[in-house]
Amino acid sequence: MGEELLSVKNLTTSFKIDGTYYPAVDDVSLDIQPNEVVALVGESGSGKSATAFSLMKLHRNARIEGQVDLEGKDLLKMNEKKMNNIRGGEMAMIFQDPMTALNPLMKIKLQIMETLKIHKTKAKSERESYAIELLSRVGIPNPERVGEAFPHELSGGMRQRVVIAIAIANRPRLLIADEPTTALDVTIQAQILDLIRELQEDLNSGVLLITHDLGVVAEMADRVAVMYAGQIVEIAPVKELFKDPKHPYTRSLLNSLPNEEQMGGKLHVIEGVVPALNKMERDSCRFAPRIPWIPEEAHEHNPKLREISPEHYVRCTCYKDFYLKSDPDIGLQVEQEQMENSAEEVKE
Amino acid sequence: MNNLLEINNLKVYYPIKGGFFNTVKDYVKAVDGVSLNIPQGTTYGLVGESGSGKTTTGKAVIGLNHITEGEILFDGKAISGSGKSVENSKEIQMIFQDPYSSLNVRKRVFDIVSEPIRNYHKRTKDELIAEVLDLLQKVGLPPGSLYKYPHEFSGGQRQRIGVARAIALNPKLIIADEPVSALDVSVQAQVLNFMQDIQEELDLTMLFIAHDLGVVRHMCQHIGIMYQGRLVEEGTAEDIFSNPQHLYTKRLIAAIPDTNVDKIDENLHIRQSVKEEYDQHFHEYLDEDGRALPLINISATHKAALPAKG
Repeated sequence: MGEELLSVKNLTTSFKIDGTYYPAVDDVSLDIQPNEVVALVGESGSGKSATAFSLMKLHRNARIEGQVDLEGKDLLKMNEKKMNNIRGGEMAMIFQDPMTALNPLMKIKLQIMETLKIHKTKAKSERESYAIELLSRVGIPNPERVGEAFPHELSGGMRQRVVIAIAIANRPRLLIADEPTTALDVTIQAQILDLIRELQEDLNSGVLLITHDLGVVAEMADRVAVMYAGQIVEIAPVKELFKDPKHPYTRSLLNSLPNEEQMGGKLHVIEGVVPALNKMERDSCRFAPRIPWIPEEAHEHNPKLREISPEHYVRCTCYKDFYLKSDPDIGLQVEQEQMENSAEEVKE
Repeated sequence: MNNLLEINNLKVYYPIKGGFFNTVKDYVKAVDGVSLNIPQGTTYGLVGESGSGKTTTGKAVIGLNHITEGEILFDGKAISGSGKSVENSKEIQMIFQDPYSSLNVRKRVFDIVSEPIRNYHKRTKDELIAEVLDLLQKVGLPPGSLYKYPHEFSGGQRQRIGVARAIALNPKLIIADEPVSALDVSVQAQVLNFMQDIQEELDLTMLFIAHDLGVVRHMCQHIGIMYQGRLVEEGTAEDIFSNPQHLYTKRLIAAIPDTNVDKIDENLHIRQSVKEEYDQHFHEYLDEDGRALPLINISATHKAALPAKG
């Protein structure tokens, strides 16, 4: 396509445990177009935040391999000085916790002016008024007063807005939002998500949204990448992923959400735990130990990410034989019905 | 069904001091007249945004807050003020929101989980180990975790350690303050299932404090919605979700992100229209001090703080 905003190829980030490097992000390839929201979903420990931090080169003691191109510039080959210009400039990050992302000793407006100064976005005389403008841009009532405030004087939602104001101050091309609403109330969450969407359309930038909240993903994303144990196991356009999830992990995850049908009943639980980084079999399907009722032959050796329908990629062959253990009979029955329904639709 | 916990007109005020003599100028009314009953063996969901007073209510029950006015009855006996006894401390336990700050980083899992047992019972080391192992198994942690430190665990695992500690003394009432809001969905499912199991097994009563309505709907038989220190609506899960009366409840329900990708536009539309209605009419639901109106009965189980008609 060639017009990618961000193109990540074979990104592998390894951490040292007892003298050996183990990849926490394993061969991740991903691209983001301008004006596209890509969600990265997975459990804690799946490597989604490690991926984001690798893109920003914020890891200290990690070995990062592969290629990360932001508008044609390879970030991994860039030196620290140039990288500092990119961070907060062309590529900005919204952090999860607005309580720790802000400097408690600095007035809000000075924190925004700081990033404007470092990236030379505005002349000295304009910085203050622009900072206030940014505050009102992210929907803060009374921006002049809030600019004079310290972080502890603001509520969580307001603080997160300030973090967003800092992130968008230099009109980034790529916005990485690491769990931007996890710490917030639902009504505030709805407002913040609206705000991110609005700003993203406004700046025509790409967004990498990292979250474990599947509801947020459904509302925000254009495409979704599901990560498990450091690998992307499924990528699909958002509607397809929610309507027709393929990989056993994606299906298990979607099934573990509380929903109206099984109110008060048992939720679907994924057996076992995420494997530890240094105790993981790397050449077989990494999800296999958590679905032991699926025969071994269903998995492939060295599972690959394959395109099974346009834009829909799934890793490993085991999705073909997978059924949810919680109710295999009902599962099969439902599948049969679905097949009959679709057959009828075809006839009509 | 008798109520294990009864809260009558609970008020928790914090003084605001200031001026030359540092005198009390005003009060922050964190909880301002909350009454609720939780029948034995059921789960009551207390929902609201941060600052609505839901955590303060929970902390008042367990005795971590002073009470300005009102009474709390546990098993028919007053536990507010001087009525608090050693038995109450054993029988009411809390699961905290943040699994990162609620565990002592310098202690091993064994020390953390066995601490409540050591406080109240005499046990030999071997008995303690057996008990802790049993608890760890109940919450789904491997036996090898016994001598590990909290930093060696993920958030979900830490929350399990917190749950193991809370159930160590076979409590009757558990106050769960946002127990799953820091967890992944798959882990959340495990913890919720597990809490239901434990509840059945030990006949536990739960005060479930949360802001995630999806989780509350799944877990709770009764739900109370709090706004600025007062309940604005109370009813069964069915009442609240199928027939919400208060504008604030409607807004909360509309704000839940839905995973049904076909309904996204519809949901955004509903959310927008509820927000407009909220902006225009919400003041009608408040008295002149900006507080919620008193609750009025809608049905036998359903109450809401609605303005008088006409």
